[in-house]
Amino acid sequence: MMRALTAGQDRVRASGATVAEVIDALETDHPGIKERLLAQGQLAPGIMVTIDCQCALRGLQEQVGVESEVRFLPVMAGG
Amino acid sequence: MAAKTRVSAKINGEQVEFLCEPRQSLLECLRDVLGLTGSKEGCNDGNCGACSVLLNGRVVNSCLVLGVEVHGQEVTTVEGLADWRGLHPLQQAFLDNAALQCGYCIPGILITSKALLDREPNPSEERIRTWLAGNLCRCTGYDKIVRAVQDAAVRLRQTGQEVNR
Amino acid sequence: MNKDKLSTAGRTDYQVVGTRPPRHDAPDKLTGRALFGPDTNLPGMLYGKMVRSPHAHARLRSIDTRHAASYPGVYAVVTAQDLQLTEESNSTLDESAVNFKYLHENMLAREKVLYVGHPVAAVAASSPHVAEEAAKLVEVQYDVLPAVTDVRAAMKPDAPLLHDRLITQSLSKPSQRPSNIASHFQHLKGDPSQGFARAEVIVEREFTTSTVHQGYIEPHACTAWWGLDGNLTVWTSTQGAFGMRDQLAKLLSHPMSRIRVIPMEVGGAFGGKLPIYIFLEAVAALLSRKANRPVKMTMTRAEVFLATNPTSGAYLKAKMGVTREGRITAAQAELYFEAGAYPSAHVIGYFGFAMAFMFAPYDIPHGQVDAYDVVVNKPRTAAYRAPGVTQVNFPAEQLIDELAVKLGMDPIAFRLKNVVREGTELMNGTTHGSIGAEEVLRAAQSSAHYGSPLHGPHRGRGVAHGYWGNWGARSCCTISVNGDGTVSLVSGSIDLSGTRTTVAMQAAEVLGLSLDRIKSSVGDTDSIGYTEMSGGSRTTFATGIAAITAAQDVVAQMRGRAALLWGVEVRDVSFERGVFTTQRGSEQQMTFSEVAGRLAETGGAVTGTGNVDPQGWGGVFGTHIVDVQVDPETGKVDILRYTAVQDVGKAVHPGYVEGQMQGGAVQGIGWGLYEGYQYNTRGDMLNPGFLGYKIPTAPDVPMIETIMVEVPGPNHPFGVRGVGEVPIVPPPAALANAIYRATGVRVTDLPMTPVRILEAMGVI
Repeated sequence: MMRALTAGQDRVRASGATVAEVIDALETDHPGIKERLLAQGQLAPGIMVTIDCQCALRGLQEQVGVESEVRFLPVMAGG
Repeated sequence: MAAKTRVSAKINGEQVEFLCEPRQSLLECLRDVLGLTGSKEGCNDGNCGACSVLLNGRVVNSCLVLGVEVHGQEVTTVEGLADWRGLHPLQQAFLDNAALQCGYCIPGILITSKALLDREPNPSEERIRTWLAGNLCRCTGYDKIVRAVQDAAVRLRQTGQEVNR
Repeated sequence: MNKDKLSTAGRTDYQVVGTRPPRHDAPDKLTGRALFGPDTNLPGMLYGKMVRSPHAHARLRSIDTRHAASYPGVYAVVTAQDLQLTEESNSTLDESAVNFKYLHENMLAREKVLYVGHPVAAVAASSPHVAEEAAKLVEVQYDVLPAVTDVRAAMKPDAPLLHDRLITQSLSKPSQRPSNIASHFQHLKGDPSQGFARAEVIVEREFTTSTVHQGYIEPHACTAWWGLDGNLTVWTSTQGAFGMRDQLAKLLSHPMSRIRVIPMEVGGAFGGKLPIYIFLEAVAALLSRKANRPVKMTMTRAEVFLATNPTSGAYLKAKMGVTREGRITAAQAELYFEAGAYPSAHVIGYFGFAMAFMFAPYDIPHGQVDAYDVVVNKPRTAAYRAPGVTQVNFPAEQLIDELAVKLGMDPIAFRLKNVVREGTELMNGTTHGSIGAEEVLRAAQSSAHYGSPLHGPHRGRGVAHGYWGNWGARSCCTISVNGDGTVSLVSGSIDLSGTRTTVAMQAAEVLGLSLDRIKSSVGDTDSIGYTEMSGGSRTTFATGIAAITAAQDVVAQMRGRAALLWGVEVRDVSFERGVFTTQRGSEQQMTFSEVAGRLAETGGAVTGTGNVDPQGWGGVFGTHIVDVQVDPETGKVDILRYTAVQDVGKAVHPGYVEGQMQGGAVQGIGWGLYEGYQYNTRGDMLNPGFLGYKIPTAPDVPMIETIMVEVPGPNHPFGVRGVGEVPIVPPPAALANAIYRATGVRVTDLPMTPVRILEAMGVI
């Protein structure tokens, strides 16, 4: 849904030590992404972050490894 | 609010006296007046069977019976099935067959099953299911419940126990 | 996905795990002694009753409580004014405050009522009958507005708006206009147009599912006592005592340590009693504080249907393409879910699940799934056992079946041709971990049921296959050792159907004790560490790990005590199957009981703790097979035979696993054939009772055969996987596929009632 911002790419690279830094880096390369992912400085409700398929429990503060895959997905919790 | 009525009845083999308003159901009287919370409310309009009790040996939905109606009558609730000897064979069969999950519907199901086995010592699967049509269960899918009743029927016949314990 | 670190595949030397011991709570439940939500009885207790909106959509003009308050026997009346949002959250109105505002307004309406049954006030009185009379005396003025109860109608540009400032939340360019579409998400994999271009056979259909209720037989019930000392105690039937406590602390602006939530036995929940939405407890607490007495509030069955949290009905479009040799090339879906009165997908998670799991059983290179959460004038929707997944499995598995028929392939063989394995990518870009999809399909294929012939007119056999991902989350467990070698285990996990036993069985396995030496109980919020709610098929997995961790902690401490008694180093003490041994000096051994008897002289009590938040849990697949007979004159469906095949990881108590498979299957049968909320144009629900809303009864279903396949789950010492939810996923589609083979018609709307079947057949 954000391909309009990334010139049609479905996967992009970004650097950062934490999820928050990654989002900032994405914003630099693809302006407009940050306001879609965040609301009042927090992850927008309904969005969760996975790093290498694991839930990022600390959200924006979660650390990101060098070659990690970061995904922004609709919340999957409960049942 | 009408003045309360004095009701005298035999509940689980014991002579009991209590006061209740004419508008209170037997279910309310059992639960709120007598503290016998084993019979449950699931719908209060006779559609789920969670409140089933025996009135003079017949299954009734106690939510559809008024407390004042049992004056001089005999009522059996789930609390009256086990005694000092232990669980009733029906209860034991349910335990051994893992036939309960949340347990909310179980008092009503035990009462209905007892009423069935009191009349038909060797019921078929179809008869058991028909008798239990008025007792809703949302957890088990009924499979293990039916097997438990079949098992209880076998146990009761084998030990030659008097069904009308 | 995750390396299989802890699983012990193929282990056969379990002593307790895998057996069928009786449940700890069974005798109490069988004798009527177990106490459920409505079973409290406290001295001086009052009875609370909600006043509810008779309109589906209206502005709340005024509430006059004077007559109710002065009615003899009434001790307190509350409205939304008594539940003030704090100044802070009112002013910022950020997203979490907005959600909080929705929670408040759902409990007691402030400006608008959004569904029939929406609470507007509450009274507390000396008896339930007096409370009911007093509730009728509360005078409420409404300005009635047009109601909308269908997602398609709600999305039209001229639809009545439920919320003036609701803007669609999505990752695409923000919309400027308010609408009833609360959110929109999309998964895009590969290039669907290319995928469909390569397909040689394509099927595409529209489907609808109805709003259905979890249907627990025990209505919501609680008792609250706000004492003069400021301590609030709440006895309630809930899936999560800690979640409830934390919500109450926020709602009532009260410290968590002053709130004690005591969980009662739960008479069924299935996702409908999650502490995410609070219906009664905060209102009961406020009444209690005002009246200075305990207040019990219970719901009638009608209130449960009208004003709790059923699961979404949906409008769904789905499309799938295959090559002639049977490989799926692309899949696409548009999912329109009912949110109910307030946006719900972001709170409950059914989007994430529906979008990820709809096509999760198949290896599909290209796809797109769009999901929309649409508010309508119905109660706010929530989870019902595998939230969102049954709704999307119904279309997906019918398309799969239709393609199999068109290709002339056996339905299971077709599924096997596209089966997923560890590493296969899902629609959301994540990959499957260690799974048993192929094993389950093969077990279904070689089952007695599938191999048996089905003869006779108007009869058909249907198959459906589904996936549920399960859950982990935080659990706490403590184990204390008693002087006679028995132990007391306390966990924070609400026991919905036997987990206090399956958790204890895992501890017993580690401690080398027989199960009868463990007393297992569920603690309240004062007596155990924070534990996440019970749901998502997490408890036997995650709380099991907490129990194992606590047991290992106990063993480590006891080894230290044995070492002290023997005068050796701890590393020289080993423990196996309940016996401590040392080779140091002369070979010696002591049983667990013997060491337990000497704790006093070796340092005091031994208590082990497990505080865990395990990750990397495994999902499970289920394949269901059903034979039906359809009466060509009445459209009635009789179920002749039903088999549920499922991956169960490691069945800790096989009897309970069977029970989950059978119970979930029958709920799914109800969803498929009988259940659904019905509305008139005014937004009145026409069937808020068990007579008009029919759930399966004993004569409606046969024995449910179960086939358990054990593919050890990752990241659990015994290979446990959650098993409770996947069984509700395939039944509606399996029934639809069976009905197709029995009648030649596909029914694409749930429930598949006799009328709908006859209409599809062209008989009426």
